[in-house]
Amino acid sequence: MSVDKATVAKIASLARLRMDDAALDRMVPELNQILGFVEQLGQVDVTGVEPMTAVIAQSLRLRDDVVDADPLTGGGVRDAVLANAPAAEHGFFGVPKVIE
Amino acid sequence: MSELTQLGVQAIRDGVAGGTFTAREVAEACNAAVADAATLNAFIVTTPDHALAAADQVDADRAAGRPLGLMAGVPIGMKDLFATRGVQTTAASHILEGFTPQYESTVSQRLWDAGAGMLGKLNLDQFAMGSSNETSHFGDVVSPWRRSGSTAGLTPGGSSGGSSAAVAARLAPAATGTDTGGSIRQPAALTGICGIKPTYGRCSRWGIVAFASSLDQAGPMARNVTDCALMLQAMGGFDPKDSTSLDLPVPDWSGALDANLAGKRVGIPREYRMDGTDAAILKAWDDGIGWLKDAGAEVVDISLPHTEYALPAYYIIAPAEASSNLARYDGVRYGLRDLPQGANLQDMYAATRAAGFGDEVKRRILIGTYVLSAGYYDAYYTQAMKVRALVARDFAEAWDKCDVILAPTAPTAAFALGEKLSDPLAMYLGDVFSVPASLAGLPAMSVPAGLDGAGLPLGLQLIGRPLDEQGVLNAALAIEQRAGFTAQPDRWW
Repeated sequence: MSVDKATVAKIASLARLRMDDAALDRMVPELNQILGFVEQLGQVDVTGVEPMTAVIAQSLRLRDDVVDADPLTGGGVRDAVLANAPAAEHGFFGVPKVIE
Repeated sequence: MSELTQLGVQAIRDGVAGGTFTAREVAEACNAAVADAATLNAFIVTTPDHALAAADQVDADRAAGRPLGLMAGVPIGMKDLFATRGVQTTAASHILEGFTPQYESTVSQRLWDAGAGMLGKLNLDQFAMGSSNETSHFGDVVSPWRRSGSTAGLTPGGSSGGSSAAVAARLAPAATGTDTGGSIRQPAALTGICGIKPTYGRCSRWGIVAFASSLDQAGPMARNVTDCALMLQAMGGFDPKDSTSLDLPVPDWSGALDANLAGKRVGIPREYRMDGTDAAILKAWDDGIGWLKDAGAEVVDISLPHTEYALPAYYIIAPAEASSNLARYDGVRYGLRDLPQGANLQDMYAATRAAGFGDEVKRRILIGTYVLSAGYYDAYYTQAMKVRALVARDFAEAWDKCDVILAPTAPTAAFALGEKLSDPLAMYLGDVFSVPASLAGLPAMSVPAGLDGAGLPLGLQLIGRPLDEQGVLNAALAIEQRAGFTAQPDRWW
């Protein structure tokens, strides 16, 4: 399978990456070269093989149901959460208007 | 004090503990070496005060007779992928430029708790995506090594290229690295140092900027096997904040090091004899086989039949996970925001990400988004996950015949900066020997084996069973003792 310019533009839109015409033109052959390389995976007989989702078998742990048991990942740290925001106002993240 | 910069982790720790020199003297010597090596561009920011404060604490602890940690008095470099409280953490990207974490990564916290100090944040490939340290927003790292008779700039490898350059150039006795498809082992091989990626889950990923979460593992980079073992002990261990952290005690790897390999079987995978591998690498591999035999091991031929498919599977799985992980950079919560005049929220996301990510990162996000998109998911992503299972099964079957695997780390010695940059696929092919162990989550290490005809270092890779870091370290130690690798780059910077 290979991608054309319209497909790359669609992917870029899904990935929220603004790309102009020149950038798209540059990217199309690069992506096709990589996709051409990974194409060989189709030759592998995977009959009966389960997709691997974890390299080491592990069960998902549950933490104790205690509020802020770990202060590093607990709540009540609004200022720290907002400290690196490009636009923080009145204790909230600021974003452009989203409702017309 | 320049001789102090020649010392490794264990030598510094023991020298400080024994009173031969103070931790402050070591930190000052390393700070000075870092300050004199700006040409290498190994550091994005330097933190001499952090190193001095940690050293002073260790000296005070020693004077007061308090117990000293595993890394007491050892100043290290921290790959700029680890969140460090109050110190800019960028992943070598523009989108995180100026980001100042409010928390400390688990691995870095453990190192500080063990008495280490930080010389600075080390340069890397942007978001750890690259094999040459040429995708950093903060410029290329230049290897301290040069070909004999040449002044051409060489790659220190990647993505942990700042780490490898700093340790090889004797700016730091050790540094942290992270390895997703070879990012500890390949730069270690290209700069004549050691580096180990432990079993997936040994080191907590909490506070490490995520690239491909099912593959990312932290590990140490240092100039000998013992130092790697010591530092890995300090870095590893269970962390409830990482859901894939292994709930197992950390073994005393350094204390149990043993280069006598009698009774051990070393597997030589025939599929790793590939076209395009340097003759000097093949010679080093043969030397390594001889050294391990000399250490008492039995050498056996093994087959890992899906080896050639590991790389294409990796270049689907890693970008897929990256496209998902990197969705968080949206210009809202942290990092760069690009808000064109009159833009709405969606425009802001797209403009921010276009301005903040470099070309290689965009390429991988696009590939990842494509292989996960409706209609292509099964053909690409599910197929790659099945092939990953087969790659892991090859290793599982190999462990019936051998205890550890010996292979080259990379197919060539260091290449020139710029040499492969215009051909992304050629760059990807350099990961051919390191990616399979990553896909299977296995511990793997690179150890120096010698120099090629141009005077550049070559590395050999040991791959072990799950959780058998000890077997990997022991075989690496056997090679280290026999290779007699003492070369270091001539200082030109």
